[in-house]
Amino acid sequence: MSGMFVHNLRLGTASLRRNVLLTALMIMSIGFGVAASMVTFAVFRAVSGDPIPHKSSQLFVPLIDNRGPQYNRHGEPPSALNYVDAVALMRAHKAERQTMIYPVALSVMPDDPQRMPFKAPGYATYGDFFSMFDVPFQYGSGWGSAEDEAREPVIVISRALNQKLYGGNNSVGRRVILDDRQYRIVGVTDNWDPKPRFFDTFSGNAYADPAQIYLPFSYAIAQHIDTRGNNNCGSDGKRGDTWETWLHGECVWISPWVELSSVAQVQAYRQFLDGYAREQREAGRFNWAPNNRLRNVREWLDYQRAVPQESRISMTLAFGFLVICLVNTIGLLLAKFMRRAPEIGVRRALGASRGDIYRQFLAEAAMVGLAGGALGLLLTTIGMFGLDLVFEPQIARLAHLDASLVLLTLLVAITATVIAAFYPTWRAAQVQPAWQLKSN
Amino acid sequence: MLKMTHLSKVYRTEVVETYALRDFNINVNEGEFVAVTGPSGSGKTTFLTIAGLLETFTGGQYHLDGVEVSNLNDNERSRIRNEKIGFIFQAFNLIPDLNVFDNVEVPLRYRGMKAAERKERIMNALERVGLASRAKHYPAELSGGQQQRVAIARALAGSPRLLLADEPTGNLDTQMARGVMELLEEIHREGATIVMVTHDPELAARAQRNVHIIDGQVVDLAEDPRFHHAVHAARGNAPA
Repeated sequence: MSGMFVHNLRLGTASLRRNVLLTALMIMSIGFGVAASMVTFAVFRAVSGDPIPHKSSQLFVPLIDNRGPQYNRHGEPPSALNYVDAVALMRAHKAERQTMIYPVALSVMPDDPQRMPFKAPGYATYGDFFSMFDVPFQYGSGWGSAEDEAREPVIVISRALNQKLYGGNNSVGRRVILDDRQYRIVGVTDNWDPKPRFFDTFSGNAYADPAQIYLPFSYAIAQHIDTRGNNNCGSDGKRGDTWETWLHGECVWISPWVELSSVAQVQAYRQFLDGYAREQREAGRFNWAPNNRLRNVREWLDYQRAVPQESRISMTLAFGFLVICLVNTIGLLLAKFMRRAPEIGVRRALGASRGDIYRQFLAEAAMVGLAGGALGLLLTTIGMFGLDLVFEPQIARLAHLDASLVLLTLLVAITATVIAAFYPTWRAAQVQPAWQLKSN
Repeated sequence: MLKMTHLSKVYRTEVVETYALRDFNINVNEGEFVAVTGPSGSGKTTFLTIAGLLETFTGGQYHLDGVEVSNLNDNERSRIRNEKIGFIFQAFNLIPDLNVFDNVEVPLRYRGMKAAERKERIMNALERVGLASRAKHYPAELSGGQQQRVAIARALAGSPRLLLADEPTGNLDTQMARGVMELLEEIHREGATIVMVTHDPELAARAQRNVHIIDGQVVDLAEDPRFHHAVHAARGNAPA
């Protein structure tokens, strides 16, 4: 059987060499179609993956409607919390773990006076952040609830920043100055940059550069460290003139996250949110029925449309292009195979069954697919460099060609070509030997 | 070896039925050399394609080597073609992209034969037709007579029980035709059963027996006086 397969491959090679132009057209058709699909798929795969698969069903975003139905779009509450609600949820402590997050950017003052200060992006958050999101550490660890409550000036820095400031040495316990404030380093994170950055979609940072610093939320608030992210005060809302009026106003700017590991905990947390909203209504702050949401990571990313629309559109278009290429290949294969009807007739007369003819011609098609796949790989590699022309740079750089994509490219090319070859091969196998021989 | 009884072949369209063969009866014994003759359109080639299991028939019975073939499926028919029948066509029907060796190998490949046995059979068959030295040549590099010898080698390589030849010298000049005919006679003397379709009275005269077809039926050769005389003239005697 394998001998016949090898023989069929030899016949296929000879046949493909016979008409180089036709063969080249088919290979190009498959190659371009597959490359377009794979390049856009690489982008889609990079932006649509589960950023924290082992915990995505346990991490939730609790949202509270603090503005009322007249300001909501499609009945949805705002996608972040104001300070009042954020602090209330933290104080209630109804989840296993909870944190509040807002983006900051502080100027780092290097120890070496010769070096210029530079901006380091990061987050103000609570100590639970690190254990909730399984942040890996190179040195030290995150801070605890004691530091949160005491508003301690502690900081966790990234591996990249540690490399830049301390040459990669263990910097835990050292002091670092950011925006004229001195912080004690308690931990250095290892490489960690989930994509999309699910915990900061509100500020549009899903694909932004990796964070370099993390400092306590309570300390940041106490020091009036402003958000670097979005601040949504509604269509007619105002931020207010002072820090205090902003904090106690209804502008939303804080991303809340809670960890709930069982259905019962989720149910209980929903009840807690509704209870909280009712209390606010009774207190006269809200004059509408509770309108809360509790979404896990996947639901949250879907709701936030974290996968860029252009990625979906381009992938749909590319796969449409692949289908057109395959239809073209069907036509070319049909022309090629039917031109060999006399040979098929002779083979049938000499004892080839329809199955033998199927196998011979499918092997030939598979070789076209393999060659198309090889061309597709080459074009996919080239296409990766041209992604910047179609996508935002921060999206384009996420896509990469790895072993799985190489295998997938070859697999798609061969499978698609063999599928495209079914009809031409079926037609070839239907050739009646008697008529072919009579016509000779 | 080959027995057709009341066999018919009808080609039907929406408006007309055409009988290619009608109440057709023939019996070819093992080791016979039979020439099937008749004018153009008489049904000779239809008979040959049915005999070679390349086409089905409409009615009657056909026993090939003792097997009733009307109920065989495509795979079984292919296997019988491959193992029991050798074809020699007027247009040679060699595959132009394969060299002589590979052309002769085609039916052996479908039999799943081991490489060593295939090679031995191919070389034996090519030696028998005098073309062993041309094994690596392509059909286009050979004369018509040589191509037909390759086709005969291809038919012989599988040691078929029955050799079916359709106007085997039709595309050859006189000298080449003579050579091919002598080869067929030699193969017959070695014990092969040959059924040869021809409209050439000289070739028909060299067969052991003539079966004449007119309008899809076997008739007495005397019903076609001109052909009858031509055959006898070729044999060098007068018709009875």
